[in-house]
Amino acid sequence: MINLTIDGKQVQVKENTTILEAARQNGIDIPTLCFLKGINMAGDCRMCIVEIEGRKGFATSCIQVAEEGMVVRTNSPEILEARKTILDLILSNHHIDCLTCVRGGNCELQQLAKKLNIREIEYEGEKLEHEIDDKSPAIVRDFNKCVLCRRCVATCKKVQNVGAIDCTSRGFTSTISTTYDCSLNDVDCTFCGQCIQSCPTGALREKEYINEVWDKINDGDSYVVVQTAPAVRVALGEEFGMKIGTNVKGKMVTALKQLGFDKVFDTNTGADFTIMEEANEFIERLTNGGVLPMITSCSPGWVRFAEKNYPELLDHLSTCKSPHQMFGAIVKSYFAKKYDIDPKKIVMVSVMPCIAKKYEASREEMEVDGLRDVDYVLTTRELARMIRQANIDFENLEDSNFDDPMGEATGAGAIFGTTGGVMEAALRTAADTLEGKDLKDIEYKEIRGEKGIKEATLNIAGKEVKIAVASSLANARKIMDKIKDGKCDYHFIEIMACPGGCVMGGGQPIKDSKTRATVDVRKLRANSLYSIDEKSVIRKSHENPALKQIYKEFFGKAGSHVAHKYLHTSYSKKEKYEI
Amino acid sequence: MEKVKTIEEIEEIRTKKRAELDLRVNLKANTVEKHILVCRGTGCTSSKSPKIIENFRKIIEEKGIKNVRVIQTGCFGLCAKGPIVIIRPEDVFYAHVKPEDCEEIINTHIVEGKLVERLLCKDIDGTLVKRLDELNFYKKQQRIALKNCGIIDPEVIDEYIAFDGYKALEKVLTSMTKEQVIEEISNSGLRGRGGAGFPTGKKWSFTAMANADQKYVVCNADEGDPGAFMDRSILEGDPHSVLEAMTIAGYAIGASQGYIYVRAEYPIAVQRLRVAIKQAREYGLLGDNILGTGFKFDIDIRLGAGAFVCGEETALLESIEGRRGQPRLKPPYPANSGLFGKPTLINNVETYANVTRIIINGANWYSSIGTETSKGTKVFALGGNVNNVGLVEVPMGTTLREIVFDIGGGIPNGRKFKAAQTGGPSGGCIPEEHLDTPIDYESLSKIGSMMGSGGLIVMDETKCMVDIARFYLDFTVSESCGKCTPCRIGTKRMLEILERMCEGKAKPGDIEKLEKLANSIKKSAVCGLGQTAPNPVLSTLKYFRNEYEEHVMNGKCPAGYCKALCNLKIQPDKCKGCGLCKRNCPVNAISGEVKQPHVIDTSKCIKCGTCVDKCPFKAIVRG
Amino acid sequence: MEYENCTKCVDKKLIKETNEILSKYSKQKDNLIAILNDIQEKYGYIPKQSQLEISNYLSIPMAEIYGVITFYSRFTTNPKGKYNISVCLGTACFVKGSQSILERAKERLKIEAGKTTDDGLFSIDEVRCVGACGLAPVFMVNDEVYGNATVKELDKVIDEIMAKEGKN
Repeated sequence: MINLTIDGKQVQVKENTTILEAARQNGIDIPTLCFLKGINMAGDCRMCIVEIEGRKGFATSCIQVAEEGMVVRTNSPEILEARKTILDLILSNHHIDCLTCVRGGNCELQQLAKKLNIREIEYEGEKLEHEIDDKSPAIVRDFNKCVLCRRCVATCKKVQNVGAIDCTSRGFTSTISTTYDCSLNDVDCTFCGQCIQSCPTGALREKEYINEVWDKINDGDSYVVVQTAPAVRVALGEEFGMKIGTNVKGKMVTALKQLGFDKVFDTNTGADFTIMEEANEFIERLTNGGVLPMITSCSPGWVRFAEKNYPELLDHLSTCKSPHQMFGAIVKSYFAKKYDIDPKKIVMVSVMPCIAKKYEASREEMEVDGLRDVDYVLTTRELARMIRQANIDFENLEDSNFDDPMGEATGAGAIFGTTGGVMEAALRTAADTLEGKDLKDIEYKEIRGEKGIKEATLNIAGKEVKIAVASSLANARKIMDKIKDGKCDYHFIEIMACPGGCVMGGGQPIKDSKTRATVDVRKLRANSLYSIDEKSVIRKSHENPALKQIYKEFFGKAGSHVAHKYLHTSYSKKEKYEI
Repeated sequence: MEKVKTIEEIEEIRTKKRAELDLRVNLKANTVEKHILVCRGTGCTSSKSPKIIENFRKIIEEKGIKNVRVIQTGCFGLCAKGPIVIIRPEDVFYAHVKPEDCEEIINTHIVEGKLVERLLCKDIDGTLVKRLDELNFYKKQQRIALKNCGIIDPEVIDEYIAFDGYKALEKVLTSMTKEQVIEEISNSGLRGRGGAGFPTGKKWSFTAMANADQKYVVCNADEGDPGAFMDRSILEGDPHSVLEAMTIAGYAIGASQGYIYVRAEYPIAVQRLRVAIKQAREYGLLGDNILGTGFKFDIDIRLGAGAFVCGEETALLESIEGRRGQPRLKPPYPANSGLFGKPTLINNVETYANVTRIIINGANWYSSIGTETSKGTKVFALGGNVNNVGLVEVPMGTTLREIVFDIGGGIPNGRKFKAAQTGGPSGGCIPEEHLDTPIDYESLSKIGSMMGSGGLIVMDETKCMVDIARFYLDFTVSESCGKCTPCRIGTKRMLEILERMCEGKAKPGDIEKLEKLANSIKKSAVCGLGQTAPNPVLSTLKYFRNEYEEHVMNGKCPAGYCKALCNLKIQPDKCKGCGLCKRNCPVNAISGEVKQPHVIDTSKCIKCGTCVDKCPFKAIVRG
Repeated sequence: MEYENCTKCVDKKLIKETNEILSKYSKQKDNLIAILNDIQEKYGYIPKQSQLEISNYLSIPMAEIYGVITFYSRFTTNPKGKYNISVCLGTACFVKGSQSILERAKERLKIEAGKTTDDGLFSIDEVRCVGACGLAPVFMVNDEVYGNATVKELDKVIDEIMAKEGKN
């Protein structure tokens, strides 16, 4: 243990604790801006500077490790003044439009300005002007609000190993940008949206489709159907001040109905369909010598990554559409026919924890008989905005249930929202099918948890099945390089683009740096999903009664011709850079 | 070339070659040979010295003259007189030689044995100087780092060996332990010549103490300070002295690989280094089993690509690793985690250039030179408004006045001294009142400047100190890496304030604002570049505050330099109507009849100042 | 001549030549700057096609390569003019008036420093110390050094080039 003094307080911390951590563990907060624990610890912004007795200049508390006997001051008048000057400088080059900014109220820069009591900007001067990049269907990049913290760059490079954005130019003209300042649409960006999660300001944000959805709800002619992904219900409450991971399914459904959607469905049911098809596809490949390992395809960021980086390995991807796309196709075919609704009038809105789903919905393959599977994708955050817009008192809403006939999903569908969940759900169905019985031991704990790559070898029906689960694109790359080098003996791999899976998707409520450093957000949200599963009466996708009914009435069996028409898709090589 | 396998073999080369080259350093050398030495440093090369060499060789061949060799050398130092030709052993010094002068030099000097008087150099006091060492310029100098510059052909390893080259390495490898080498360097009192003056021995010992399977020796040759060319001259004139010292450092710290990070803008230095490394490898002085001792060391070159900040040691490491040259936060220091995460010793060129002499002559000899805290000599690139522009090496403790007036020959055009700037964009402007400050690390920082890498720019009374501060800030802003907030935005805001001042648009309170911001940046920036960027402003504010006040309060530039605050005027009483200004004006803004006072049309005038410099009667003033 | 105008052919040639340069280097990422120096030397700028090849060879994302290119002032992404005028703004030159020479060059050619004229004839660079401080102020046209320079001399040089190139 290390003993040191911070602001006159004697504290004891573990070895290799930074001054910032030591302070926070002892109830002393030091402001930060560029710091993002484990991802960006470069000490660039200079907000977290402190004084260490006997040392010249300021120390960088987010990096400086506490040493025995250190005497640290975090709030001397000189430090406060220096921090104020630094923040003043940042603000002097910031396009300040907090009132209309999407991050207003949830902006780390704004919080700092408040904390440091900035009343005017002393060092006004030239501001850099950059065009806003809103060409892509998923991400808007507004450099005018960038503070050069480089959290997004570190995330894209280190967490995702993509590197679509980097710091370009130098000095005052330094910019976070893409190659040749192209749109994210035209480069190696996968639209995973993790950069948005990392951004302390409004410089990176989702492409918003709220107004389009309002228009459809209000036009009197459209039949607007909404579906919500499993991860949304365990995060939406955070936008209304509720605890991280609170399951707000009932209130969410009520709110959606109040917003005026004609039907409110559960994407978890779509997930059950995905499992039916995917488990079937896996069994087919396994037993008939198909391309193995088979890799899941429900994470569109991952799919785009594969298409841009490993076009020669696309045969490994399951041809199954992702749950919300399947669901959209079912609504506009089976559901429309059954309830005699003109499918052309159906507007399918998906509320997703995901940024890349916006792109996925726009893929040309995602269409059957001229009907788009999904018309609009909203993020969890956008749904929260709509709820606020409509003056709904979210916290005090009564619960209600998803609409029939597809309202009842299984526990398997719920855990889709976390890393390992798709694999677990698929194994439940595949194992039952292969063994030909109703297995009781259905929790695959070895593939749960935060590890980036999880592996297991299972014995199913006397067959050794090797599986792996990877989340984050950096881990995906590791696996793909192994396959490329022929060094991979897995049979089945689940890959999700976002570290931790959909619960940590780019479209989820944004947590500030301090929360991310001190709370395990992933775990809280994931546990909430596992508890939904545990409490579910039906925990295997193939036992979902609604699903069974629809197969009976419409698709026949998994992998049928009709199923392929509506529920499967194809992939093709995408140029990494269209510049 | 054959590999030199033993100490005896290298000694044999040395003895033979030394006798052959005695005339280079001995006025009374017993020889019929003559060596015509032509400076091939960057300055003289720019003014056609390669052509001079070519002409000499052609004429000698045509005339069938025997016993005369034409040698390219590094910088002699007195760049203002370039291109320079020196004939040895008699040590006659010809200045401003043109390619067409070669014939006359051969005919008169070599064939007839007479001096070409018109090409002899005039000292500042007007006396004709025959020999180099007669020049006042050299009298107070002492050459250690530049010992071989201007004496040997830098592209011939044997010439280096002749003058005790690789003797230090021999000594180290055969008779000294690693600890003894480090002790010798520590005892010598040598401090980093890159600017900050960290004790070199300490750096070596930290790196030696670090445990690792691989360590590196790096030479920082990214001399980016505008107006400084000490390191370049050493690399151009004596590249082996750096290679040898790096090899010694490799032995001392336990490294087997070295890198020289050199600016791509220094093509001659790069080429000389390439030749030197090739020759050293061929002789086996780099590579495996050096001189049969089993010690292994090699050196590679890494080119910079135009970023001043890469002179900062951690930015330099980033750049060698192939990335943007953005400094790393310290700690960890390179001695523990440097290049590719391995313990790394980084010294600058001039620091290395002192090492071999320290090893050969001993720490006591070296530490007897200089002041209490700063030992040895320092090389300065003397430039700006001074007569003897060039490269000087003086013992620490020499005063600025001695450098500017005795060595530099004072200010040209009869103008007055105003300030000397040391330390480049990280340093400060030193006024007349501090000219008697002895040069050492501590005393320079005490007066608000710093040693820096050795740029020393002299400014005369026509220079505006606000504008000089603006110039340096402009430099810093365009060279800032952009990593940390204070440097990225802070220096830009400082520059904007200074620009306002120079344009007459300053607001009351701007001086205080500038000062406050400068002090804040100094403390909060990440790296040395940012922390020292405010120095030019703070030092001019300290010594020339009245000039700032004039700009801000009265909208006047006392030096008459800032274009927006002054116009060029011809004083009718002084104008003789010679028309020189009119003919030289690039925009035809001057009119007037012959022998009548001329006038400047201020609407056309671009205030370039050509007329001011051209007027023989000093009739044109700014105001 | 058709060959020179066909972008596909030019690209092909560029890719071939870039790969020739790449083949001299291992796939270690720290070779990036050395490779860029070679390409810059060869073409006077770093073509996009070359960058794509480098990105592929060293497995470095294009954004990072672009970040490196835009960081170092020696690297450019646009071809320089046939006559590149570099004006030294090192301190020694600055105190001897090189700023006026730069201003004049910008005024005459109606371009900013770092840019190339529309006809591709001229470009202007600000450089920091070309190492000829003894000749200050200094400007260069391509590799030719003009020492103790004046605004007038710059004018003369530009006039001569224009006359030679049949302009004006």
